[in-house]
Amino acid sequence: MSLVDDLYRETILDHYHNPRNRGTISDATVSTEGVNPLCGDELRLFLKIENGVVCDIKLESRGCSINTASGSMMSELVLGKSLEEAQAVISEFKNMMLTKGEDVTLPEELEELEALQGVKKYPVRIKCALLPWNTLDEGLKSK
Amino acid sequence: MKNWKQVRADFPILDRKIEGKPLIYLDNAATSQKPLQVINALKNYYENYNSNIHRGLHTMSEEATLAYEGARERIARFIDAASEREIIFTRNATEAINIVVESWGKHNIQAGDEIVITAMEHHSNFVPWQKLAEDKGAKLVYIELAEDGNLDYQMAERLITNRTKIVAVTQMSNVMGTVVDLQKLGSLAHLNGAKFLVDGAQGVPHLPTSVRESDCDFLVFSLHKMLGPTGVGVLYGKEELLDLMPPMLYGGDMISSVTREKTTVNELPWKFEAGTPNIADVIASGVAIDYLLALGMENVRAHELDLTRHAMDLMLKLPSIKIYGPQNPELKGGVISFNYEGVHPHDMGQILNESGIAIRAGHHCCQPLMKTLGVMGTARASFYIYNTKEEIDFFVEALIKAEKVLNYVACR
Ligand SMILES: Cc1ncc(COP(=O)(O)O)c(C=O)c1O
Repeated sequence: MSLVDDLYRETILDHYHNPRNRGTISDATVSTEGVNPLCGDELRLFLKIENGVVCDIKLESRGCSINTASGSMMSELVLGKSLEEAQAVISEFKNMMLTKGEDVTLPEELEELEALQGVKKYPVRIKCALLPWNTLDEGLKSK
Repeated sequence: MKNWKQVRADFPILDRKIEGKPLIYLDNAATSQKPLQVINALKNYYENYNSNIHRGLHTMSEEATLAYEGARERIARFIDAASEREIIFTRNATEAINIVVESWGKHNIQAGDEIVITAMEHHSNFVPWQKLAEDKGAKLVYIELAEDGNLDYQMAERLITNRTKIVAVTQMSNVMGTVVDLQKLGSLAHLNGAKFLVDGAQGVPHLPTSVRESDCDFLVFSLHKMLGPTGVGVLYGKEELLDLMPPMLYGGDMISSVTREKTTVNELPWKFEAGTPNIADVIASGVAIDYLLALGMENVRAHELDLTRHAMDLMLKLPSIKIYGPQNPELKGGVISFNYEGVHPHDMGQILNESGIAIRAGHHCCQPLMKTLGVMGTARASFYIYNTKEEIDFFVEALIKAEKVLNYVACR
Protein backbone atom coordinates (compact mmCIF):
# COMPACT_ATOMS: atom_id res chain seq x y z
CA MET A 1 0.00 0.00 0.00
CA SER A 2 1.22 3.50 -0.67
CA LEU A 3 0.64 6.81 0.99
CA VAL A 4 -1.83 7.73 -1.71
CA ASP A 5 -3.87 4.55 -1.11
CA ASP A 6 -3.78 4.84 2.66
CA LEU A 7 -3.95 8.48 3.39
CA TYR A 8 -4.76 10.47 0.32
CA ARG A 9 -7.74 8.56 -1.03
CA GLU A 10 -9.93 10.40 -3.46
CA THR A 11 -12.78 10.89 -1.00
CA ILE A 12 -10.41 12.47 1.49
CA LEU A 13 -8.86 14.84 -1.02
CA ASP A 14 -12.27 15.76 -2.35
CA HIS A 15 -13.37 16.84 1.12
CA TYR A 16 -10.01 18.55 1.74
CA HIS A 17 -10.16 20.53 -1.50
CA ASN A 18 -13.87 21.35 -1.19
CA PRO A 19 -14.74 21.26 2.49
CA ARG A 20 -18.50 21.12 3.10
CA ASN A 21 -20.24 23.38 5.59
CA ARG A 22 -17.33 25.74 5.87
CA GLY A 23 -17.91 29.08 7.62
CA THR A 24 -19.54 30.50 10.70
CA ILE A 25 -23.07 30.74 12.09
CA SER A 26 -23.91 34.18 13.47
CA ASP A 27 -26.79 32.96 15.63
CA ALA A 28 -25.14 29.70 16.69
CA THR A 29 -26.45 28.11 19.86
CA VAL A 30 -23.10 26.44 20.50
CA SER A 31 -19.60 27.37 19.45
CA THR A 32 -16.45 25.52 20.47
CA GLU A 33 -12.81 25.69 19.66
CA GLY A 34 -10.44 22.80 19.29
CA VAL A 35 -6.67 22.81 18.95
CA ASN A 36 -4.17 20.11 18.32
CA PRO A 37 -1.33 21.29 20.58
CA LEU A 38 1.09 19.05 18.74
CA CYS A 39 0.86 20.92 15.48
CA GLY A 40 -1.17 24.00 16.33
CA ASP A 41 -4.02 23.17 13.97
CA GLU A 42 -7.10 25.11 14.99
CA LEU A 43 -10.77 24.55 14.51
CA ARG A 44 -13.87 26.55 15.31
CA LEU A 45 -17.15 24.73 15.31
CA PHE A 46 -20.60 26.33 15.22
CA LEU A 47 -23.84 24.53 15.88
CA LYS A 48 -27.42 25.57 15.73
CA ILE A 49 -29.49 23.20 17.77
CA GLU A 50 -33.25 23.52 17.80
CA ASN A 51 -35.66 21.09 19.43
CA GLY A 52 -32.86 18.65 20.04
CA VAL A 53 -31.82 18.55 16.40
CA VAL A 54 -28.59 19.79 14.77
CA CYS A 55 -30.22 22.05 12.22
CA ASP A 56 -27.01 23.78 11.18
CA ILE A 57 -23.30 23.09 11.50
CA LYS A 58 -20.35 25.09 10.23
CA LEU A 59 -16.61 24.65 10.59
CA GLU A 60 -13.82 27.11 10.29
CA SER A 61 -10.55 25.27 10.22
CA ARG A 62 -6.99 25.75 9.23
CA GLY A 63 -5.58 22.31 9.26
CA CYS A 64 -3.97 19.54 7.32
CA SER A 65 -5.71 17.37 4.74
CA ILE A 66 -6.80 14.76 7.28
CA ASN A 67 -8.14 17.22 9.80
CA THR A 68 -10.05 19.22 7.19
CA ALA A 69 -11.47 16.18 5.38
CA SER A 70 -12.52 14.54 8.61
CA GLY A 71 -14.35 17.70 9.74
CA SER A 72 -16.04 18.10 6.40
CA MET A 73 -17.36 14.50 6.37
CA MET A 74 -18.47 14.86 9.95
CA SER A 75 -20.47 17.99 9.22
CA GLU A 76 -22.42 16.24 6.46
CA LEU A 77 -23.17 13.26 8.62
CA VAL A 78 -24.46 15.02 11.71
CA LEU A 79 -26.46 17.72 9.96
CA GLY A 80 -30.15 17.09 10.61
CA LYS A 81 -29.47 14.47 13.26
CA SER A 82 -30.88 14.48 16.77
CA LEU A 83 -28.40 14.95 19.59
CA GLU A 84 -28.53 11.23 20.44
CA GLU A 85 -27.99 10.26 16.83
CA ALA A 86 -25.08 12.68 16.55
CA GLN A 87 -23.50 11.21 19.67
CA ALA A 88 -23.91 7.76 18.19
CA VAL A 89 -22.08 8.82 15.02
CA ILE A 90 -19.25 10.24 17.13
CA SER A 91 -18.97 6.94 19.01
CA GLU A 92 -18.94 4.90 15.82
CA PHE A 93 -16.21 7.04 14.33
CA LYS A 94 -14.02 7.14 17.43
CA ASN A 95 -14.41 3.43 17.87
CA MET A 96 -13.30 2.86 14.29
CA MET A 97 -10.26 5.10 14.63
CA LEU A 98 -9.19 3.73 17.98
CA THR A 99 -9.66 0.04 17.14
CA LYS A 100 -6.21 -1.29 16.45
CA GLY A 101 -5.45 -3.79 13.72
CA GLU A 102 -8.26 -4.90 11.48
CA ASP A 103 -10.61 -2.61 9.60
CA VAL A 104 -13.96 -1.81 11.14
CA THR A 105 -17.10 -1.86 9.02
CA LEU A 106 -19.52 0.99 9.61
CA PRO A 107 -23.29 1.11 9.00
CA GLU A 108 -24.08 1.93 5.41
CA GLU A 109 -24.97 5.58 5.96
CA LEU A 110 -21.56 6.17 7.58
CA GLU A 111 -19.63 4.18 4.99
CA GLU A 112 -17.81 7.22 3.65
CA LEU A 113 -15.94 7.56 6.93
CA GLU A 114 -14.21 4.26 6.26
CA ALA A 115 -11.93 6.18 3.89
CA LEU A 116 -10.25 7.56 6.99
CA GLN A 117 -9.24 4.14 8.28
CA GLY A 118 -5.98 4.33 6.36
CA VAL A 119 -4.93 7.07 8.77
CA LYS A 120 -4.60 4.42 11.48
CA LYS A 121 -1.34 3.33 9.92
CA TYR A 122 0.10 6.73 10.81
CA PRO A 123 -0.49 7.04 14.54
CA VAL A 124 0.46 10.71 14.86
CA ARG A 125 -2.18 11.60 12.30
CA ILE A 126 -5.01 9.92 14.22
CA LYS A 127 -5.18 13.06 16.34
CA CYS A 128 -5.71 15.12 13.18
CA ALA A 129 -8.66 12.95 12.20
CA LEU A 130 -10.16 13.04 15.68
CA LEU A 131 -9.88 16.78 16.32
CA PRO A 132 -13.19 17.81 14.70
CA TRP A 133 -15.01 14.96 16.40
CA ASN A 134 -13.64 15.74 19.84
CA THR A 135 -14.56 19.36 19.32
CA LEU A 136 -18.10 18.37 18.34
CA ASP A 137 -18.34 16.05 21.33
CA GLU A 138 -17.33 18.89 23.60
CA GLY A 139 -19.80 21.23 21.92
CA LEU A 140 -22.71 18.83 22.30
CA LYS A 141 -21.83 18.16 25.93
CA SER A 142 -21.67 21.88 26.71
CA LYS A 143 -25.33 22.15 25.63
CA MET B 1 39.74 20.06 5.61
CA LYS B 2 37.88 17.75 7.98
CA ASN B 3 36.83 14.34 6.86
CA TRP B 4 33.15 14.64 7.60
CA LYS B 5 32.37 11.23 6.12
CA GLN B 6 34.42 9.66 8.90
CA VAL B 7 32.25 11.41 11.45
CA ARG B 8 29.27 9.38 10.25
CA ALA B 9 30.86 6.13 11.31
CA ASP B 10 30.59 7.27 14.94
CA PHE B 11 26.78 7.42 14.74
CA PRO B 12 25.30 3.91 14.66
CA ILE B 13 21.75 5.17 14.21
CA LEU B 14 22.62 6.52 10.76
CA ASP B 15 22.62 2.93 9.49
CA ARG B 16 18.92 2.62 10.18
CA LYS B 17 16.40 2.05 7.45
CA ILE B 18 13.07 3.87 7.31
CA GLU B 19 10.39 2.43 5.03
CA GLY B 20 13.18 0.26 3.59
CA LYS B 21 15.31 3.28 2.69
CA PRO B 22 18.40 4.69 4.38
CA LEU B 23 17.53 7.20 7.10
CA ILE B 24 18.25 10.81 6.23
CA TYR B 25 18.03 12.64 9.51
CA LEU B 26 17.22 16.30 9.00
CA ASP B 27 15.54 17.02 12.32
CA ASN B 28 18.62 18.09 14.22
CA ALA B 29 17.07 21.27 15.56
CA ALA B 30 14.72 19.05 17.59
CA THR B 31 17.46 16.81 18.90
CA SER B 32 20.77 15.54 17.57
CA GLN B 33 21.95 11.97 17.24
CA LYS B 34 24.56 10.62 19.64
CA PRO B 35 28.02 9.27 18.80
CA LEU B 36 29.27 5.93 20.12
CA GLN B 37 31.64 7.77 22.44
CA VAL B 38 28.68 9.30 24.29
CA ILE B 39 26.69 6.06 24.34
CA ASN B 40 29.75 4.21 25.67
CA ALA B 41 30.33 6.80 28.38
CA LEU B 42 26.86 6.05 29.76
CA LYS B 43 27.51 2.33 29.66
CA ASN B 44 30.92 2.69 31.24
CA TYR B 45 29.54 4.75 34.12
CA TYR B 46 26.78 2.25 34.92
CA GLU B 47 29.04 -0.77 34.48
CA ASN B 48 32.13 0.45 36.28
CA TYR B 49 31.69 3.34 38.71
CA ASN B 50 28.01 4.05 39.30
CA SER B 51 27.74 5.87 42.64
CA ASN B 52 26.45 9.08 44.13
CA ILE B 53 28.64 12.16 44.02
CA HIS B 54 29.85 14.70 46.56
CA ARG B 55 29.25 12.38 49.49
CA GLY B 56 31.01 9.03 49.51
CA LEU B 57 34.63 8.68 50.43
CA HIS B 58 34.90 5.48 48.47
CA THR B 59 36.78 5.15 45.21
CA MET B 60 33.78 4.95 42.95
CA SER B 61 32.14 8.03 44.42
CA GLU B 62 35.37 9.92 43.94
CA GLU B 63 35.60 8.78 40.33
CA ALA B 64 32.02 9.78 39.66
CA THR B 65 32.49 13.17 41.33
CA LEU B 66 35.61 13.81 39.28
CA ALA B 67 33.86 12.86 36.05
CA TYR B 68 30.78 14.96 36.88
CA GLU B 69 32.80 18.03 37.84
CA GLY B 70 35.08 17.41 34.88
CA ALA B 71 32.09 17.79 32.58
CA ARG B 72 31.34 21.13 34.22
CA GLU B 73 34.89 22.35 33.63
CA ARG B 74 34.76 21.36 29.98
CA ILE B 75 31.45 23.10 29.48
CA ALA B 76 32.85 26.23 31.11
CA ARG B 77 35.75 26.12 28.68
CA PHE B 78 33.44 25.36 25.72
CA ILE B 79 31.46 28.59 26.19
CA ASP B 80 34.46 30.56 27.47
CA ALA B 81 33.07 31.13 30.98
CA ALA B 82 35.40 32.72 33.51
CA SER B 83 34.81 29.98 36.07
CA GLU B 84 33.05 26.62 36.42
CA ARG B 85 31.16 28.16 39.34
CA GLU B 86 29.09 29.86 36.64
CA ILE B 87 27.88 26.56 35.15
CA ILE B 88 24.71 25.12 36.68
CA PHE B 89 23.30 21.81 35.49
CA THR B 90 19.56 21.70 34.84
CA ARG B 91 17.26 19.27 33.02
CA ASN B 92 17.17 21.34 29.85
CA ALA B 93 17.23 24.88 28.47
CA THR B 94 13.61 25.40 29.45
CA GLU B 95 14.32 24.70 33.11
CA ALA B 96 17.32 27.03 33.01
CA ILE B 97 15.15 29.92 31.76
CA ASN B 98 12.61 29.17 34.45
CA ILE B 99 15.32 29.41 37.11
CA VAL B 100 16.25 32.88 35.86
CA VAL B 101 12.60 33.94 35.82
CA GLU B 102 11.92 32.57 39.31
CA SER B 103 15.13 33.42 41.04
CA TRP B 104 16.14 36.65 39.29
CA GLY B 105 12.96 37.86 37.57
CA LYS B 106 10.59 37.66 40.51
CA HIS B 107 12.92 39.82 42.62
CA ASN B 108 13.97 42.30 39.98
CA ILE B 109 10.98 42.94 37.74
CA GLN B 110 8.35 45.40 38.88
CA ALA B 111 5.15 46.90 37.56
CA GLY B 112 5.86 49.13 34.57
CA ASP B 113 9.20 47.49 33.77
CA GLU B 114 9.79 46.16 30.29
CA ILE B 115 11.05 42.77 29.18
CA VAL B 116 12.34 42.77 25.62
CA ILE B 117 12.23 39.58 23.54
CA THR B 118 12.03 38.93 19.79
CA ALA B 119 9.21 37.84 17.51
CA MET B 120 11.02 34.57 16.89
CA GLU B 121 11.41 33.16 20.38
CA HIS B 122 10.75 29.53 21.17
CA HIS B 123 7.88 29.08 23.65
CA SER B 124 10.58 28.28 26.23
CA ASN B 125 11.95 31.81 26.07
CA PHE B 126 8.51 33.32 25.70
CA VAL B 127 5.91 31.75 27.97
CA PRO B 128 7.93 32.14 31.25
CA TRP B 129 8.44 35.87 30.51
CA GLN B 130 4.82 36.32 29.51
CA LYS B 131 3.72 34.79 32.81
CA LEU B 132 6.17 36.92 34.80
CA ALA B 133 5.01 40.09 33.02
CA GLU B 134 1.40 39.17 33.74
CA ASP B 135 2.09 38.49 37.42
CA LYS B 136 4.11 41.67 37.92
CA GLY B 137 2.23 44.09 35.68
CA ALA B 138 5.33 44.42 33.53
CA LYS B 139 5.29 44.78 29.77
CA LEU B 140 6.56 42.29 27.21
CA VAL B 141 8.05 44.11 24.21
CA TYR B 142 8.90 42.45 20.88
CA ILE B 143 11.68 43.16 18.43
CA GLU B 144 10.03 42.34 15.10
CA LEU B 145 11.45 40.90 11.90
CA ALA B 146 12.61 43.25 9.15
CA GLU B 147 11.63 42.93 5.49
CA ASP B 148 14.62 40.73 4.71
CA GLY B 149 13.64 38.19 7.36
CA ASN B 150 16.41 39.32 9.67
CA LEU B 151 15.74 40.91 13.07
CA ASP B 152 14.92 44.61 12.90
CA TYR B 153 17.93 46.06 14.72
CA GLN B 154 16.78 49.65 14.21
CA MET B 155 13.65 48.73 16.06
CA ALA B 156 15.77 47.15 18.80
CA GLU B 157 17.52 50.47 19.27
CA ARG B 158 14.19 52.19 19.79
CA LEU B 159 12.71 49.51 22.04
CA ILE B 160 15.58 48.94 24.45
CA THR B 161 15.37 51.88 26.86
CA ASN B 162 15.91 52.65 30.51
CA ARG B 163 12.54 50.99 31.21
CA THR B 164 14.01 47.70 29.97
CA LYS B 165 15.08 45.36 32.76
CA ILE B 166 16.11 42.38 30.67
CA VAL B 167 16.63 41.58 27.00
CA ALA B 168 16.07 37.86 26.41
CA VAL B 169 16.80 36.64 22.88
CA THR B 170 17.57 33.51 20.98
CA GLN B 171 21.08 33.12 19.58
CA MET B 172 19.69 31.39 16.50
CA SER B 173 16.06 30.93 15.40
CA ASN B 174 15.00 27.29 15.59
CA VAL B 175 12.55 27.97 12.75
CA MET B 176 14.46 30.05 10.20
CA GLY B 177 18.03 29.64 11.37
CA THR B 178 18.44 33.43 11.66
CA VAL B 179 21.63 34.16 13.59
CA VAL B 180 21.24 37.05 16.02
CA ASP B 181 23.84 39.77 16.53
CA LEU B 182 24.43 39.21 20.24
CA GLN B 183 27.10 41.85 20.60
CA LYS B 184 24.75 44.49 19.32
CA LEU B 185 21.77 43.54 21.47
CA GLY B 186 23.95 42.89 24.52
CA SER B 187 25.57 46.30 24.37
CA LEU B 188 22.16 47.96 23.86
CA ALA B 189 20.90 46.13 26.95
CA HIS B 190 23.89 47.05 29.08
CA LEU B 191 23.91 50.67 27.90
CA ASN B 192 20.41 50.91 29.32
CA GLY B 193 21.22 49.12 32.54
CA ALA B 194 19.31 45.97 31.55
CA LYS B 195 20.42 42.35 31.89
CA PHE B 196 21.00 40.22 28.81
CA LEU B 197 19.90 36.59 28.51
CA VAL B 198 20.74 34.43 25.51
CA ASP B 199 18.74 31.32 24.63
CA GLY B 200 21.55 29.25 23.17
CA ALA B 201 19.50 26.08 22.62
CA GLN B 202 20.14 26.36 18.87
CA GLY B 203 23.22 28.58 18.84
CA VAL B 204 25.57 26.76 21.21
CA PRO B 205 25.42 23.42 19.33
CA HIS B 206 26.20 25.02 15.98
CA LEU B 207 28.14 28.28 16.41
CA PRO B 208 31.34 29.19 18.22
CA THR B 209 30.05 30.78 21.43
CA SER B 210 31.87 32.94 23.94
CA VAL B 211 29.96 34.35 26.89
CA ARG B 212 32.77 36.80 27.48
CA GLU B 213 32.71 38.07 23.92
CA SER B 214 28.93 38.51 23.83
CA ASP B 215 29.06 39.67 27.47
CA CYS B 216 25.74 37.99 28.22
CA ASP B 217 24.56 37.78 31.82
CA PHE B 218 22.82 34.45 31.31
CA LEU B 219 23.11 31.76 28.64
CA VAL B 220 20.96 28.62 28.54
CA PHE B 221 21.23 25.51 26.37
CA SER B 222 20.40 21.80 26.17
CA LEU B 223 23.00 19.08 25.69
CA HIS B 224 20.62 16.77 23.80
CA LYS B 225 20.81 19.09 20.80
CA MET B 226 24.60 18.85 20.73
CA LEU B 227 25.41 15.12 20.72
CA GLY B 228 24.71 14.66 24.44
CA PRO B 229 22.01 12.58 26.11
CA THR B 230 18.57 13.92 26.99
CA GLY B 231 18.05 15.27 30.49
CA VAL B 232 20.91 17.76 30.76
CA GLY B 233 20.71 21.51 30.33
CA VAL B 234 22.98 24.33 31.38
CA LEU B 235 22.35 27.66 33.02
CA TYR B 236 25.36 29.92 32.68
CA GLY B 237 25.19 33.08 34.77
CA LYS B 238 27.75 35.70 35.70
CA GLU B 239 29.05 34.81 39.13
CA GLU B 240 28.15 38.12 40.76
CA LEU B 241 24.54 37.71 39.60
CA LEU B 242 24.17 34.06 40.59
CA ASP B 243 25.62 34.93 44.00
CA LEU B 244 22.75 37.31 44.66
CA MET B 245 20.02 34.93 43.45
CA PRO B 246 18.25 32.67 45.94
CA PRO B 247 18.12 28.91 45.25
CA MET B 248 15.10 27.57 43.41
CA LEU B 249 14.84 24.24 45.19
CA TYR B 250 15.82 23.38 48.74
CA GLY B 251 17.02 20.07 50.14
CA GLY B 252 20.13 17.95 49.96
CA ASP B 253 23.36 18.98 48.20
CA MET B 254 22.44 22.66 47.99
CA ILE B 255 23.32 23.28 51.65
CA SER B 256 26.60 23.78 53.41
CA SER B 257 25.29 23.19 56.92
CA VAL B 258 21.96 22.44 58.49
CA THR B 259 20.89 22.73 62.15
CA ARG B 260 17.45 22.68 63.70
CA GLU B 261 17.60 26.47 63.78
CA LYS B 262 19.13 27.36 60.47
CA THR B 263 20.44 26.21 57.11
CA THR B 264 23.26 27.87 55.27
CA VAL B 265 23.21 27.65 51.53
CA ASN B 266 26.04 25.99 49.64
CA GLU B 267 28.29 28.01 47.36
CA LEU B 268 28.03 28.19 43.58
CA PRO B 269 27.25 26.23 41.54
CA TRP B 270 25.85 23.63 43.92
CA LYS B 271 23.37 25.97 45.58
CA PHE B 272 21.25 25.59 42.43
CA GLU B 273 21.63 21.80 42.20
CA ALA B 274 19.40 20.38 44.92
CA GLY B 275 19.17 16.61 45.20
CA THR B 276 21.05 13.90 43.33
CA PRO B 277 21.68 15.27 39.86
CA ASN B 278 21.61 13.47 36.53
CA ILE B 279 25.11 12.08 37.06
CA ALA B 280 25.35 9.64 34.14
CA ASP B 281 23.99 12.01 31.55
CA VAL B 282 26.13 14.91 32.74
CA ILE B 283 29.24 12.74 32.48
CA ALA B 284 28.26 11.67 28.96
CA SER B 285 27.58 15.34 28.13
CA GLY B 286 31.21 16.04 28.93
CA VAL B 287 32.14 13.46 26.30
CA ALA B 288 29.84 15.14 23.78
CA ILE B 289 31.66 18.42 24.46
CA ASP B 290 35.00 16.68 23.91
CA TYR B 291 33.71 15.41 20.58
CA LEU B 292 32.72 18.91 19.45
CA LEU B 293 35.96 20.44 20.76
CA ALA B 294 37.94 17.90 18.75
CA LEU B 295 36.04 18.88 15.59
CA GLY B 296 36.34 22.57 16.39
CA MET B 297 33.25 24.76 16.42
CA GLU B 298 34.64 26.96 13.62
CA ASN B 299 34.77 23.82 11.47
CA VAL B 300 31.27 22.77 12.53
CA ARG B 301 29.96 26.17 11.51
CA ALA B 302 31.83 26.07 8.18
CA HIS B 303 30.49 22.58 7.38
CA GLU B 304 26.91 23.58 8.14
CA LEU B 305 27.20 26.77 6.15
CA ASP B 306 28.43 24.71 3.24
CA LEU B 307 25.41 22.40 3.52
CA THR B 308 23.00 25.31 3.92
CA ARG B 309 24.36 27.14 0.87
CA HIS B 310 24.02 23.96 -1.16
CA ALA B 311 20.46 23.29 0.04
CA MET B 312 19.31 26.87 -0.47
CA ASP B 313 20.81 26.94 -3.97
CA LEU B 314 18.81 23.87 -4.95
CA MET B 315 15.61 24.74 -3.12
CA LEU B 316 15.37 28.31 -4.37
CA LYS B 317 15.17 26.85 -7.88
CA LEU B 318 11.91 25.05 -7.08
CA PRO B 319 9.07 27.41 -7.99
CA SER B 320 6.48 25.95 -5.61
CA ILE B 321 8.75 26.11 -2.55
CA LYS B 322 8.75 29.13 -0.29
CA ILE B 323 11.59 29.51 2.21
CA TYR B 324 11.01 31.61 5.32
CA GLY B 325 13.49 33.98 6.92
CA PRO B 326 16.71 35.33 5.45
CA GLN B 327 17.34 34.07 1.91
CA ASN B 328 21.06 34.65 2.33
CA PRO B 329 22.61 31.51 3.86
CA GLU B 330 25.45 33.54 5.40
CA LEU B 331 22.95 35.01 7.86
CA LYS B 332 21.64 31.60 8.87
CA GLY B 333 22.52 28.47 10.73
CA GLY B 334 21.68 25.12 9.15
CA VAL B 335 17.92 25.41 9.54
CA ILE B 336 15.55 25.81 6.57
CA SER B 337 11.83 26.31 7.04
CA PHE B 338 9.75 25.95 3.93
CA ASN B 339 6.34 25.24 2.54
CA TYR B 340 5.13 23.81 -0.75
CA GLU B 341 2.37 25.91 -2.21
CA GLY B 342 -0.99 24.57 -1.04
CA VAL B 343 0.44 21.67 0.96
CA HIS B 344 0.08 21.56 4.73
CA PRO B 345 3.46 20.91 6.41
CA HIS B 346 2.04 17.74 8.01
CA ASP B 347 1.37 16.28 4.62
CA MET B 348 4.84 17.34 3.49
CA GLY B 349 6.44 15.60 6.48
CA GLN B 350 4.48 12.44 5.80
CA ILE B 351 5.34 12.37 2.12
CA LEU B 352 9.08 12.86 2.79
CA ASN B 353 9.04 10.12 5.43
CA GLU B 354 8.16 7.72 2.61
CA SER B 355 11.65 8.42 1.26
CA GLY B 356 13.28 7.84 4.65
CA ILE B 357 13.70 11.56 5.25
CA ALA B 358 13.04 12.83 8.77
CA ILE B 359 12.08 16.50 8.90
CA ARG B 360 9.88 18.36 11.36
CA ALA B 361 6.50 19.82 10.48
CA GLY B 362 4.37 22.13 12.55
CA HIS B 363 4.77 25.29 14.58
CA HIS B 364 8.14 24.30 16.14
CA CYS B 365 7.04 25.69 19.52
CA CYS B 366 6.94 29.16 17.95
CA GLN B 367 3.23 29.87 17.53
CA PRO B 368 3.61 33.66 17.82
CA LEU B 369 6.21 33.55 15.01
CA MET B 370 3.88 31.43 12.86
CA LYS B 371 1.28 34.17 13.24
CA THR B 372 3.88 36.78 12.20
CA LEU B 373 4.77 34.72 9.14
CA GLY B 374 1.08 34.21 8.40
CA VAL B 375 1.25 30.42 8.32
CA MET B 376 -0.13 27.58 10.43
CA GLY B 377 3.20 25.87 10.36
CA THR B 378 6.21 25.07 8.23
CA ALA B 379 8.23 22.06 7.19
CA ARG B 380 11.76 22.31 8.55
CA ALA B 381 15.00 20.65 7.53
CA SER B 382 17.92 21.14 9.92
CA PHE B 383 21.49 19.92 9.57
CA TYR B 384 24.35 18.80 11.76
CA ILE B 385 27.90 17.53 11.54
CA TYR B 386 27.04 14.13 10.04
CA ASN B 387 24.84 15.39 7.22
CA THR B 388 26.27 15.40 3.71
CA LYS B 389 25.67 17.17 0.42
CA GLU B 390 24.60 13.82 -1.03
CA GLU B 391 21.83 13.63 1.56
CA ILE B 392 20.72 17.12 0.65
CA ASP B 393 20.69 16.17 -3.04
CA PHE B 394 18.55 13.17 -2.16
CA PHE B 395 16.23 15.33 -0.07
CA VAL B 396 15.76 17.87 -2.88
CA GLU B 397 15.28 15.08 -5.40
CA ALA B 398 12.65 13.56 -3.13
CA LEU B 399 10.87 16.92 -3.14
CA ILE B 400 10.96 17.01 -6.92
CA LYS B 401 9.87 13.38 -7.25
CA ALA B 402 7.03 14.00 -4.81
CA GLU B 403 5.69 16.81 -6.98
CA LYS B 404 3.04 14.60 -8.49
CA VAL B 405 1.75 13.54 -5.09
CA LEU B 406 2.19 17.03 -3.69
CA ASN B 407 0.20 18.58 -6.51
CA TYR B 408 -2.41 15.89 -6.13
CA VAL B 409 -2.72 16.67 -2.43
CA ALA B 410 -2.29 20.45 -2.73
CA CYS B 411 -5.16 22.75 -1.90
CA ARG B 412 -4.96 25.83 -4.06
C1 LIG C 1 15.52 28.14 20.43
C2 LIG C 1 15.13 27.11 21.42
N1 LIG C 1 14.97 27.47 22.70
C3 LIG C 1 14.64 26.58 23.65
C4 LIG C 1 14.41 25.26 23.35
C5 LIG C 1 14.00 24.33 24.43
O1 LIG C 1 14.91 23.33 24.64
P1 LIG C 1 14.54 22.14 25.64
O2 LIG C 1 13.27 21.56 25.13
O3 LIG C 1 15.68 21.21 25.55
O4 LIG C 1 14.38 22.76 27.00
C6 LIG C 1 14.54 24.84 22.03
C7 LIG C 1 14.31 23.42 21.66
O5 LIG C 1 13.45 23.00 21.00
C8 LIG C 1 14.91 25.79 21.05
O6 LIG C 1 15.03 25.43 19.76
